[in-house]
Amino acid sequence: MDIMKIVMVGIIAALLAVVLKEEKPEMAFAISIVTGLVIFVFVITKLNSVMTVLKHFAAKANIDVLYFTTILKVIAIAYITEFGAQICRDAGEGAIAAKVEFAGKVLIMVIAIPILAALMDIMIKIIP
Amino acid sequence: MDVDLIFKIAAIGIVTAVLNRVLNQSGREEMAMMTTLAGVVVVLMMVISLISNLFNSVRTMFHL
Repeated sequence: MDIMKIVMVGIIAALLAVVLKEEKPEMAFAISIVTGLVIFVFVITKLNSVMTVLKHFAAKANIDVLYFTTILKVIAIAYITEFGAQICRDAGEGAIAAKVEFAGKVLIMVIAIPILAALMDIMIKIIP
Repeated sequence: MDVDLIFKIAAIGIVTAVLNRVLNQSGREEMAMMTTLAGVVVVLMMVISLISNLFNSVRTMFHL
């Protein structure tokens, strides 16, 4: 069971972080980062099969490749931004976390602009 | 899933904490500072390699 593994890793890492917190806070912080990364990488490899299925459906439904890759990019940016912002917030730097989230939002908007433009084109075509 | 890295970092933290305490007790504050700095740098190298690993896996996963 994978979830048992992840929970055990989380508990052990939390214990180690608490042990190290008062003596070396930076090491406790590194432990929390590494634990997050390990769990994240472990989970993201599981997504592989889901991605292949989604791609298969997208090909079947004749969805434009541009839209599909855009959605994937948005999801990836959202994951990574969330991760970085959580780490910054964990270290007590709420301001930096807010900036990271802001950057993620702006980059997602930049990526989504072509879809918006296509939508606008369709609307202009429909409305005479 | 390489859990070894978490234990490795915890071990480095404990060892540097002990060294820091011993060196401080024997009156070598500058050496204690150096050990702390070395520990932080070593741990940072590990974390950076792991972060690049994460970014690579995300990039291959989502075809960025």
